[in-house]
Amino acid sequence: MAAETPVRERSRTEPPVRRAGALVRWDVIVAVLLVAVFAVGAGTTGDFATADNLSFALDDLTEIALIALPMTLLVVAAEVDLSVASVLGLSSALLGALWDAGWAIETIIPLVVLVGAGCGLVNGVLVTRLGLPSLAVTIGTMTLYRGLAYVLLGTNAVSEFPQAYADLATGAFPGTPFPYPFVLFVLLAVVTAVVLHATGVGRALFAMGANQEAAFFAGIRVKRIKLLLFVLAGVVSAFAGVVYTLRYGSARADNAYGLELAVIAAVLVGGVDFNGGKGTLGGVVAGVLIIGLLRNLLMLRDVSTEIQSMVTGLLLIVSVLTPRSRHVQTSLRRRRAGARAGGRGRVRRHDEAVDAEQ
Amino acid sequence: MLAGAAACGGTTKQSTQNSDQGGAKATGSANPNAPLKKGLKLAFLPKQVNNPYETIVDDAGIAAAKEYGGQAKEVGPSDASASSQVSYINTLIQQRQDAILIAANDPNAVCGPLKQAMGRKIAVVSYDSDAAKDCRNLFVNQASSEEIGRSEVRLTSQLVGGKGKIAILSATANATNQNTWISFMKDELKKPQYQGLDLVKVAYGDDDDQKSFQQTQGLLQAYPDLKAIIAPTTVGIAAAARYVSASKYKGKVAVTGLGTPNQMRKFVKDGTVTKFELWDPKNLGYLASYAAASLASGRISGKQGETFAAGKLGKRTIGKDGEIILGPPTVFTKDNIDDYHF
Repeated sequence: MAAETPVRERSRTEPPVRRAGALVRWDVIVAVLLVAVFAVGAGTTGDFATADNLSFALDDLTEIALIALPMTLLVVAAEVDLSVASVLGLSSALLGALWDAGWAIETIIPLVVLVGAGCGLVNGVLVTRLGLPSLAVTIGTMTLYRGLAYVLLGTNAVSEFPQAYADLATGAFPGTPFPYPFVLFVLLAVVTAVVLHATGVGRALFAMGANQEAAFFAGIRVKRIKLLLFVLAGVVSAFAGVVYTLRYGSARADNAYGLELAVIAAVLVGGVDFNGGKGTLGGVVAGVLIIGLLRNLLMLRDVSTEIQSMVTGLLLIVSVLTPRSRHVQTSLRRRRAGARAGGRGRVRRHDEAVDAEQ
Repeated sequence: MLAGAAACGGTTKQSTQNSDQGGAKATGSANPNAPLKKGLKLAFLPKQVNNPYETIVDDAGIAAAKEYGGQAKEVGPSDASASSQVSYINTLIQQRQDAILIAANDPNAVCGPLKQAMGRKIAVVSYDSDAAKDCRNLFVNQASSEEIGRSEVRLTSQLVGGKGKIAILSATANATNQNTWISFMKDELKKPQYQGLDLVKVAYGDDDDQKSFQQTQGLLQAYPDLKAIIAPTTVGIAAAARYVSASKYKGKVAVTGLGTPNQMRKFVKDGTVTKFELWDPKNLGYLASYAAASLASGRISGKQGETFAAGKLGKRTIGKDGEIILGPPTVFTKDNIDDYHF
């Protein structure tokens, strides 16, 4: 019932142009931006659109891209996992420690992925069974898992992994410029897209993200699904740790320090609503690629690293702002109108109504 | 997808160690009389940009390139991590630079792309912090690592009268150069004349000012009777001196290590720091620049015993494992610090 008032209100006060503008979804804009970046890069920078360079650019994105998949599912379900980069670091450290101890890599890899699942399970249990907010829980486990990585490997670096496996992590799929891990990402992205957009599980995730209680009363096993999502994030992050270690040929406890923010940035740039309930996987894939290609292009143009981070930061803010611009404009206008009317309470009621509608 | 081969037990460290690990390559023949090519493109890739020390080194190298008609630039990550250096190496390969000069954050993580660069006839010279030996053509060493490590201990022993607890504040835990120096410091400390010195901890400030500052604070809280802090990194020594100069430990704890005169001048003058040392970073960048240009011009190939002219530094010889040593470090005190401006 609360939803009816703002709808009427909006149609009365907003010019039709703005409503039409809202029909263009952010993920479509990102895709267009991606094409634009590519076109500008190819047009202005000779070394950009070569198979060699694109292969490097994609290679650089490997771990961010892989982890962005489960992160998308989590954020759509209105949760977040900040411990992913630490799970990656722990996985790298464990791999290094066991390799150094003479274990076979064929044994180490499944074990490491299993440990990743365990890390995810801990996150999931704390969030779903104890009802703690995932932001707080995973800030804690972020530090915890990174600490464990240091316990395992200290400040050492382990290197000299078998060439055949390093080649799998760095080599290109025969006949294409695409690195093997990127091919894996494409396959997993297709699976994730199908699950998110074409199955009941996907609809359940959106429902949970939009309104957890309603989803629960609609018979969705909210806790179980969320628990599985955290486990999935752990598994993928640990696997990304294996790829990272082999790619750089160096197992270290501080590997991928801070990567979680890049992953979340990619997901948000891709148009997933941080409050959950909205987003598309296509948008996220475009978000990942745009961040990677933009960075690569700026590097080729010798743009300093500070400007690179500023560009990414601005892109992130724009991407969070644009889908909400209508909402922001509305509330600003209401606030001004409310201030003129001198009624604070009235303003708040309007804001809440708009929030509920969003 | 990772279904490995291998019958009994799979691929282990032992089973791969037998395979060839290559040595320094030194391919092709060198023509010592070849002129330095004009218009060479050189890129300096420091551990991180905005590190004052690395900026001095790189700027001097860039200036040296002008002397022989080359173009040099500095690019690099804002964090001292190996993975971000890798992205830059790949970019430099795409840009078809003639030479890449790198201060490696991790000797192995940068190895693959550096090998690719050498495969494409790009001269690879490491400076300041070495990459694995078979991943670069030359290493320009600021001073013999042994000399730096041992002299730090000598200096510290003088400062504390040969007795008391000492700690080391290093850069990142994996920094090649710092770790080598620290291993020589530890070795020097085993000598009987230093038995009064007790190394209680090696802390890591990650070449981050804030973190180094906090680590200093932590060291002094944990060991209030600490006599000296050795910081073999310019970021670390400045942060340690800043903390000590404003604390009750001023005058009680000696801060020494490797620092730049400009950074340390006020701490030397206010009595926080008595002695510290460093090689001339400008000469390091200068020498690295000439070494890279000579390599890219085919004057040298990287073999031991080859010599090349390094501008104002005169003739230099390549030593074992492709190493070129700059020279012994200079000790700075309040008496000579005003003669140096870098």
